[in-house]
Amino acid sequence: MTRDVFIYDAIRSPRGKGRKDGKLHQTSALHLSSEMLNALIERNAFEVTEIEDVIWGNVTQVGEQGACLARSAVLNSNLAESTPGLSINRFCASGLEAMNLGAAQIQGGVGEAYICGGVEMMGRVPMGSDGGAIAVDPSVAHKAYFVPQGISADIIATEYGFTREECDRYSAESQKRAFEAWQDNRFNKSVVPVKDINGLTILDRDEYIRPETTFESLQSLNPAFKKQGESVPGFDHVALLKYPHLPAIEHVHHAGNSSGIVDGAAAILVGSREFGERNNLKPRARIRAMAKIGSDPTINLTGPVPVTEKILAQAGLSIDDIDLFEVNEAFASVVLRFMQAFNVEHDKVNVNGGAIAMGHPLGATGAMLISTLLDELERSDKKLGLATLCVAAGMGSATILELV
Amino acid sequence: MSIFNLSVDANGIAIITWDVPGATMNVMSSAGYEELSIHIETVLTDDSIKGAVITSGKKDFAGGMDLNELGAMKANAGKENPASTIFQSVMNGHQILRRIERAGMDKKTNEGGKPIVSALPGTAAGIGIELALSTHRVFVSDRKGAKYGLPESLVGIFPGGGGTVRMLFRVGLVNAMQLLSQGKMLDAQKALNAGYVDEVVPHEELLTRAKQWILTASNEDIVKPWDKKGFKLPGGGAYHPAGMMNFLGSTAIVHHSTKGVYQNQSALLSVMYESSMVDFDTAIEIEARWFTKVLLNPSSEAMIRSLFLNKQALEKGANRPKEIPDMSVKKLGILGAGLMGAGIAQVSAKAGIEVVLLDRDQESAEKGKAYSANILDKAIAKGRSTSSKKEALLALIKPTANYEDLSGCDLIVEAVFEDKGVKAEATKQAEAQMTTDAVFASNTSTLPISELARASKNAERFIGIHFFSPVERMALVEIIKGEKTGDHAVAKALDFVRQIGKTPIVVNDARYFYANRCIIPYANEGVKMLKEGVNPHLIENAAKQLGMPLGPLQLNDETAIDLAYRIMTATKADLGDEYEPTGTEEVVEFLYNAGRFGKKTKAGFYEYDSNGKRQQIWKGLNKQFPLLEVQPSFEEIKDRLALSQSFEAVRALEEGVLEDIREGDVGAILGWGFMPWSGGPFGYLDIVGADNAVAKGNDLAIKYGKQFKPPKKLLEHSQLGTTFY
Repeated sequence: MTRDVFIYDAIRSPRGKGRKDGKLHQTSALHLSSEMLNALIERNAFEVTEIEDVIWGNVTQVGEQGACLARSAVLNSNLAESTPGLSINRFCASGLEAMNLGAAQIQGGVGEAYICGGVEMMGRVPMGSDGGAIAVDPSVAHKAYFVPQGISADIIATEYGFTREECDRYSAESQKRAFEAWQDNRFNKSVVPVKDINGLTILDRDEYIRPETTFESLQSLNPAFKKQGESVPGFDHVALLKYPHLPAIEHVHHAGNSSGIVDGAAAILVGSREFGERNNLKPRARIRAMAKIGSDPTINLTGPVPVTEKILAQAGLSIDDIDLFEVNEAFASVVLRFMQAFNVEHDKVNVNGGAIAMGHPLGATGAMLISTLLDELERSDKKLGLATLCVAAGMGSATILELV
Repeated sequence: MSIFNLSVDANGIAIITWDVPGATMNVMSSAGYEELSIHIETVLTDDSIKGAVITSGKKDFAGGMDLNELGAMKANAGKENPASTIFQSVMNGHQILRRIERAGMDKKTNEGGKPIVSALPGTAAGIGIELALSTHRVFVSDRKGAKYGLPESLVGIFPGGGGTVRMLFRVGLVNAMQLLSQGKMLDAQKALNAGYVDEVVPHEELLTRAKQWILTASNEDIVKPWDKKGFKLPGGGAYHPAGMMNFLGSTAIVHHSTKGVYQNQSALLSVMYESSMVDFDTAIEIEARWFTKVLLNPSSEAMIRSLFLNKQALEKGANRPKEIPDMSVKKLGILGAGLMGAGIAQVSAKAGIEVVLLDRDQESAEKGKAYSANILDKAIAKGRSTSSKKEALLALIKPTANYEDLSGCDLIVEAVFEDKGVKAEATKQAEAQMTTDAVFASNTSTLPISELARASKNAERFIGIHFFSPVERMALVEIIKGEKTGDHAVAKALDFVRQIGKTPIVVNDARYFYANRCIIPYANEGVKMLKEGVNPHLIENAAKQLGMPLGPLQLNDETAIDLAYRIMTATKADLGDEYEPTGTEEVVEFLYNAGRFGKKTKAGFYEYDSNGKRQQIWKGLNKQFPLLEVQPSFEEIKDRLALSQSFEAVRALEEGVLEDIREGDVGAILGWGFMPWSGGPFGYLDIVGADNAVAKGNDLAIKYGKQFKPPKKLLEHSQLGTTFY
């Protein structure tokens, strides 16, 4: 029998615009990370030496995010130096994968408690600045038919028949839901304001949301990936080598129906039942199942479908058993494909909006989905929730939570 | 006899002269490398020698590697560990060139080296440029007409004598890829601008200038940038912020432009990618590893064989009757000044042959001559010709409506309407003007030569010379022997084709000869699949991913559907009950009745815009021929398209239409663009393997018909474990 693993707390920073005029642009990845760790300690008052490890998701691990940021964050925080620190990278699902890694070790008897989460300062450490063979080394790029993610999202739309109109309608609704969720204080439980070195608040709300967005305003935006697809260097032609039955790639995605570039961090405290009892902590949810898959790297972002099939089978559940879904809004077509594949209604999916409205700080988003899902399960008095993300290079990750 | 000769002048400058005995053009061989290496050692160790010039004893510098030797490298490398043998041999070449480049310099101080320069009097290709790039300064003559570059990509390999790395290190990724992936050969000035030549000098001053430089060169002058401290790759390496975007883009471009079938191109880019992150000595080792891999790939062997060795052999008259003396054409008569006749006139006059271009009336004949004027005007506009050349060429073409003007022609090519009666009449009228030793040729693409020869007084001197359209662009000429055609006529036709710089194949007379016979089953197979309900995009993309220039549906649009309809109706009428349906009838009739004749009507299998530019596949096709719910696998579609042509080529061999598989392969690539990476249909079947091809054929024959029944010769190879080559 494996041990049950519980989530005791899940927090996140507000998301700042990932550019020079973003509020978090002045904040280092280190500061934001250790602020998250300290907030968990403050909110839960556990014995810090009980933390076996800090597993920290982070995609672009260069510069200030390089050299195992996890360890630097531990040393910069109020945790004990006896807790080591591990930076991991499963692209967009890093934050979720961090939690799953910690939970799996507790299940297997390695340690009693972990802090898991992640950070990404996209305005300070640009996406892609860590290089990457898959895009550039012809050996693997040709074998895997590499195309950038925007092209992949457009392949999904073309292959599964999602029009520009459907993507824009979905995205306008995401903005509306995120705005209303903030109005209704639905993120209060998990959002921890980012403070400076003097304790002054820098940012306490998601900064990227555009409540004024309408379907009509989205319709006026130009497709973002048309040029790199059709002319230079012509990624559509590569896509069509892999998808030869398609006449052409329809370019439906743009800045308004794709996830936002933001700065942010998130952290989750997971532990065994005994850890909670020793520290007088009440578990909020049990981690019911975890899964990851690899899939076609060209269409790339369809991972949420096979990983959900896998995790449901593993947990002995059917899609109808799940009360709420968080499917990362990397691009509108990713979520539309998920809903199409499982015939799930939008009113069960991303009910408080998602990354299209609030932004997608790569390494942190997976952990943010957990806090959002947990808060909403509690608020709406539901039981089972599933969080899943598409992952670059053709991967997918998922976790099922059960309220206790 | 020596390949490289060394002499030393009064100033102590060594001249190493490349002069392969008995050849008009220098090519590099392992023996050449050895001699060069010995001379370099002499230069570097003899204290009385100050430096060296490497030059050529011929008009040009060098044509490249000896491709016979390179092509045989794999076969000669043994079965035990061929990769090791090839790699060692490639590295050996690298070491010799590197010895030139470092020229005895101290590794740390870069001092103590001797200047070694190259002086190229004319064309230098492949190793010719690679050797020059290893010297300290490349001097090039300003002689017109000479070309410089690295064309290896065109024969399925890439520059593997250090040329890939030296070019990358000299001019950066973007420039190097542009030059090397397309195998560009540039004139001296353009090569200078592109950065792989250092100085263009007046032809007569070539050696003097090279020697002068040696006398004044400083230590610093002879150190290559990549051997100096702080060298930065021009444009940046693969993970330099700016460099990364270029590498990312190049990777995608190479992938889709080669459809993933030209492994030499991916390898070329891999060398650049991997080299961009390391020092020079490591980089050339990387280059050698990829070069070894490419040489071991059957595609490079097949491409060298068909696109270079055998193409050249056929052009030099490999199958020409040997005892017959030169029969070069002096005065050519062309009957019919339509598209084909006019094109033949242009290429012949370009080769300096006097042409009489005859048509029904003077106006039509003049129109045929204007075709040449038009081609030359376009060339002049692009700076590729001059008005004096145009005048000289046009002066050679005499348009006429008078058969008497044919008097004195030693070859007549008939290109009149494809009708036996019309052709017979033209033959009679022309022969009335011909001397008995002149040869009469028909450019027919569909009518049997033996039948047409019945209209001739002398069937022995009657032959088929089948040009492809457009004549000025298509490199292949199919020579067809009728039943009675004699050796003189064959020699005449071959000499004519050599004069106009095209590649000949000689085949025997049978329906559609060779090229059209094989392309028709390919074009039909695509149409049949469409009728079955296969997604037309899959059909067209399968063809392109095989490496075919046109998908079968596009090909039908280009050759015109009304023509296919007329041939079909005529054949039905001819054969009556014996007509065997091809399976394409329903689709051809449907398009014909819809008035969609193809490109010329701006409507066919494809849609076209008002300028005639091809757009999407016409959506109406799938209304008439609904898509199968379960589509066949992409591999099966590819197999149907590849084997329909390849099996037909084997049948042409079995039936004696083809006498030589070399002609079958070269003809297929040049005639209809058969997957060049495979070296032609016979090369393709060797790469696929006879067993595998037989198994695929048997499976496809059950599903789709007897066109896939494996031909006997293939079955034999499968049973005996042998190959076509």
